[in-house]
Amino acid sequence: MVAAVMSATESRGLRRRNWLTNVNAWLLLLPAIVLLATFTHYPILATLYHSFFSLGRSGPAAFVGLDNYSYMLDDDVFWQVLRNNVIFALATVPTSIALALLMAVWVDKKIAGRSFLRLAFFTPTVLPMIAVANIWLFFYTPGYGLLDQFLKMIGLSGHNWLGDPATVMTALSVMVVWKEAGFFMIFYLAALQTIPPDLKEAAAVEGAGRWYFFRRITLPLLMPTTLFVSINALINSFKLVDQLVIMTKGGPNNASSLLLYYIYEVAFTFWDTTYAATLTVTLITILAAVALTKFIYLDRRIHYQ
Amino acid sequence: MRQNGYLIETIAAWILALLWLLPLVYCLWSALHPAEYATNFDLTAPLTLENFARAWRQAPFARYYLNTVMLVTLVLAGQIVVATLAAYALARFRFVGRDVLFALVLVQLMIMPDVLIVENYRVISALNLLDTIPAIALPYMASAFGIFLLRQAFKSVPNELVDAARVEGASSFGVLWRVFVPLGKTTYIAFGLVSVSYHWNNFLWPLIVTNSVESRPLTVGLAVFGAPETGVDWSIITAATVMTMAPLLLAFLLFQRQFVQSFMRVGIR
Repeated sequence: MVAAVMSATESRGLRRRNWLTNVNAWLLLLPAIVLLATFTHYPILATLYHSFFSLGRSGPAAFVGLDNYSYMLDDDVFWQVLRNNVIFALATVPTSIALALLMAVWVDKKIAGRSFLRLAFFTPTVLPMIAVANIWLFFYTPGYGLLDQFLKMIGLSGHNWLGDPATVMTALSVMVVWKEAGFFMIFYLAALQTIPPDLKEAAAVEGAGRWYFFRRITLPLLMPTTLFVSINALINSFKLVDQLVIMTKGGPNNASSLLLYYIYEVAFTFWDTTYAATLTVTLITILAAVALTKFIYLDRRIHYQ
Repeated sequence: MRQNGYLIETIAAWILALLWLLPLVYCLWSALHPAEYATNFDLTAPLTLENFARAWRQAPFARYYLNTVMLVTLVLAGQIVVATLAAYALARFRFVGRDVLFALVLVQLMIMPDVLIVENYRVISALNLLDTIPAIALPYMASAFGIFLLRQAFKSVPNELVDAARVEGASSFGVLWRVFVPLGKTTYIAFGLVSVSYHWNNFLWPLIVTNSVESRPLTVGLAVFGAPETGVDWSIITAATVMTMAPLLLAFLLFQRQFVQSFMRVGIR
């Protein structure tokens, strides 16, 4: 009886506390939620919404169903920037990861000048892409630029690296690999330091060579890092477009344009915001797919390691 | 044999490192020498600061510096306050809708403001904020990244410390301020360094929403200054480029370890 009364008042008190906790928590989250709703959730929904409408340059915007999407599928430039983006990802992601791994293996060892090497590899990470683009633009300047001067010195002829559709993607990819490899290096470095040294000793006792050890022990142990870095690099390859504004403006003839840069152009040069919204829906879908793969596949995998 | 392999690897590593520094060294060379030495690497070439002086005179870099400093300060201050409050709620409160709200926060990790330029431009323009520094900062103020990192840090705070503070009569805010914030110090530093680097360097969004000297950050100012159609000397452009990079680069050289560790912590999550 007494116990029952006790629990009744107690639960009333608890409910009151509970109510207060709820209010407190929601108030704490309020600023974040308002900002996220305004600049992330609403824009995502608005992007989707606007992609179903006509621009309404003359007269009000009208619902056009999937017209923008069928226009997109017929748009050669859209397919070209998408293809460019895939090429850009294929050119930069594996290369920067391989280089990052090489750098990390070197810097992890007792190599002469280790901290200098680490500094040299990591420095491009902290530089603004726009400054980097300025410097590399000059490297690639035809005739006068550093690369052509070097080629002239060894008796080869110069080339308009950024002006030729055949070389522009390679030229930009080299720059991006330079900018990113050192960033990925630090993740490998962290992972390498978690490999127990006795593993190496045991392998040495067994007479395993360094290459064998690297291939059969180190590389498999680094697999989660490799997956993590690959996905981040892949996402980056859809976000990195600053360099295009300075170096090529997506040219020549869209040969170096990427999806996000095309969105920027369509929205802020041609002011076709509904088509830009349609393109953004495509980009969001790609990014969400990559991120979900990461969530579902990668996070679980690492967990079970 | 072993010795040889080691030597070859050391040499290869050094060659790669020097190659990696080459663009930066070249930029400094060109910025510090008269224009006629821009591609003429004569070690006896006279050093000069004239390129910097001319860049400084030809474009309002002082204003751009001020804008960038205001921008990164505003973003960081906003992010830290917003993320601390949100992370505290998500880590230490049990309330209705917590998981849904956390999922809504995580959406921003997938779809960053960087790709929502079209609609965010509409929002900023509807708020009548175009061409202002808050316009650049606002989309980034609630950082899912920051909330996520701080939530993790707050979750690992031992309950005994919280209880002890409560016994001493601290309120929820008191506990947050006296227990959680001090214990999250390393997370704050890591997140702060990465955030400042990111926003110091950010370009596309500021380019879109700014249109005047009064609001342009350094990166956009540099792009406007260095545009090929302006016909400015290459040496002066490199001087401006050095000015844009210098503060972060110096900070990095001074606090290398913190930078590398911060980028790693924030990257790994």
